[in-house]
Amino acid sequence: MFEYAPAPESRSVVDIASSYGLFIDGSFDGGKDGDVFKTINPATEEVLAEVATAGPEDVDRAVAAARRAFGSWSALPGAERAKYLFRIARIIQERSRELAVLESLDNGKPIRDSRDVDLPLVAAHFFYYAGWADKLAYAGFGPDPRPLGVAAQVIPWNFPLLMLAWKVAPALATGNTVVLKPAETTPLSALFFADVCRQAELPPGVVNIVTGAGDTGAYLVAHPDVDKVAFTGSTEVGREIARTVSGTGKRLTLELGGKAANIVFDDAPIDQAVEGIVNGIFFNQGHVCCAGSRLLVQESLFEPLIDSLKRRMATLRVGDPLDKNTDIGAINSAAQLARIRELSEIGASEGAERWSPECPLPDRGFWFAPTIFTGVTQAHRIAREEIFGPVLSVLTFRTPDEAVAKANNTPYGLSAGVWTEKGSRILAVADRLRAGVVWANTFNKFDPASPFGGYKESGYGREGGRHGLEAYLA
Amino acid sequence: MTVTVSAGLSDLRSFLHGLPGVDKVGVEARAAALATRSIKTSAKAHAIDLAIRMVDLTTLEGADTPGKVRALCAKARRPDPADSSCPPVAAICVYPAMVPVAAAALAGSGVHLASVATAFPSGQAPLEVKLADTRDAVAAGADEIDMVISRGAFLAGEYSRVFDEIVAVKEACGGAHLKVILETGELGTYDNVRRASWLAMLAGADFIKTSTGKVAVNATLPITLVMLEAVRDFRERHGRVIGVKPAGGIKTTKDAVKYLVLINETVGDDWLTPDRFRFGASSLLNDLLMQRTKLTTGHYAGPDYFTLD
Repeated sequence: MFEYAPAPESRSVVDIASSYGLFIDGSFDGGKDGDVFKTINPATEEVLAEVATAGPEDVDRAVAAARRAFGSWSALPGAERAKYLFRIARIIQERSRELAVLESLDNGKPIRDSRDVDLPLVAAHFFYYAGWADKLAYAGFGPDPRPLGVAAQVIPWNFPLLMLAWKVAPALATGNTVVLKPAETTPLSALFFADVCRQAELPPGVVNIVTGAGDTGAYLVAHPDVDKVAFTGSTEVGREIARTVSGTGKRLTLELGGKAANIVFDDAPIDQAVEGIVNGIFFNQGHVCCAGSRLLVQESLFEPLIDSLKRRMATLRVGDPLDKNTDIGAINSAAQLARIRELSEIGASEGAERWSPECPLPDRGFWFAPTIFTGVTQAHRIAREEIFGPVLSVLTFRTPDEAVAKANNTPYGLSAGVWTEKGSRILAVADRLRAGVVWANTFNKFDPASPFGGYKESGYGREGGRHGLEAYLA
Repeated sequence: MTVTVSAGLSDLRSFLHGLPGVDKVGVEARAAALATRSIKTSAKAHAIDLAIRMVDLTTLEGADTPGKVRALCAKARRPDPADSSCPPVAAICVYPAMVPVAAAALAGSGVHLASVATAFPSGQAPLEVKLADTRDAVAAGADEIDMVISRGAFLAGEYSRVFDEIVAVKEACGGAHLKVILETGELGTYDNVRRASWLAMLAGADFIKTSTGKVAVNATLPITLVMLEAVRDFRERHGRVIGVKPAGGIKTTKDAVKYLVLINETVGDDWLTPDRFRFGASSLLNDLLMQRTKLTTGHYAGPDYFTLD
């Protein structure tokens, strides 16, 4: 056997302070009432830093700062706003090694993903929307589209910096100012981003970052002086936010959960389909709202495909997120691990057959071996509920009609995948899938120019591309 | 889906065209992802020695002379004269005319002697000439034959002609191992690479080899990946283990290590041996030696510390 020696990325490339304040009006300060919370490295459970909890007064200050900054920021010519965004994008590229290590430490994702996926996409988003800033009049939203004002943005922990980029870049390009709350378990890269904003000499108040848990977020989205709310996270919280915001006149976009079907027809390119299945569900530990968590295999292909999938899964390398050869890192939190375990146990007790490759897991930290369930039916909870972990439910179908019916038979509708060498089938099936993104012969591919968003309980509004501008323009 | 040796054209065609397709974007992405593996310290040392043992040290020039071939053979036996712990390469690969010289120079060394035959590199000669070429090389001492397929016949869909040629050459080889060069750079698609791989294996190849090294596109990682998948699937169905040899364009240790990673994560252990995997290369060896010395001494020695041939 060809064993790979440890190849750790150096964690000393990034400085982590022992404590962080809130980023309001261009500078850091402690929260008003001095409350803090700890953020840990999920791979080791070691405390990385203490971070201030923003209380109502802190959120008030942040919103007020954003309001003050809005006038002059929105009055800048688009080309001037673009300069700031280009500058931020370049600084992110220059400091991407620091940011990648920081993201892997705080989130648990493999350095290969943070280095090769997250950070390049983050920079690409800022570059992309920088390009739009002076072309808004030609974006198809009327001759003189106006910004909305102050945007309250609440983002999840699965792609902390990338979700920040998805939110902040279009908001700034269109002339809005923002108050952003990162997730409680992954605040560090957003706070690093605050430093990037200072380095780019972004005017104070244009970007404000308030850290904290659900209370902070709830207060922020309910704030009366906020004009726009953008949320990415669970459907449950999204529903609450929709309730809070309804009737207030605030604009709202929600990007919520998913239970995507990855449909493999028997004429698929099998080796690449197996890669796509693996990438669809095990990328980022399965902490992906658009993960291909339901595999729908044509029954005639079931056995060879599952054999190939198992063989491939046996080569997945689970462990130290900072090792450059790690494929699957740590689960982000104890709470998330508990949820994955609970749903997996339900899957087994409901009669599905559970399988994981032999896979030694570290003693400390939060870990879950890549897992597939076969013999799953539409009636199983693991076929209906979002697990948000490295757990795949495998179902079968006989005909294209049945595949489409099963794929659509979910309250969600964020993404889907179709695998076949037959071009006409791709088009026909994609046309009938009720999902915001349909990937053909690939999965989990992202690009700033491509709109992203859901049907049904996966949310509404689109992020990315020209469509992503609309959510921030009146 | 079994194909007999006397398979007719229609059987072969339906079998080869019934193989699962290869998605170009997907296979290239997979190869690129594996190429990011970070192989350091002890793993790198292991990889370098393994790669040296897998080299088919090659000279295939019109200007080849007995002197050149003898020098190459000396290098094959003892790649690093300054370090006796350095293993020999797998084989020498020469034109048939040079086989007697190489056979004498390699006698008793354990280094295999491969010869390209069958009107290398174009394969555009009558079958009788190809067979004579093969028999001569084997008679002169070659224990491995690297043949080229008729790409023209393959692309024209004359699969049974290609098949029969391989069968005939295999027979002419006698006890010598047969490597079948697909010349993937001329096949145009990954689907064709997969089909040609199966065609060669079904016809009796011991090894499938990417390229002659004489066309614009030679060995690439994704092409080799497709071929590795083919030998993996072939073993599953027929129980016979076929070797793989990428050739042409592999020049650095970094390149070679990427191929070893590819084997490791697609077909595994059974192919991590010179019996099942070879690098067709000439300049690769010196880079391997240079990196090997770097690992032991901690610094790079200049190119003049490594022998020219």
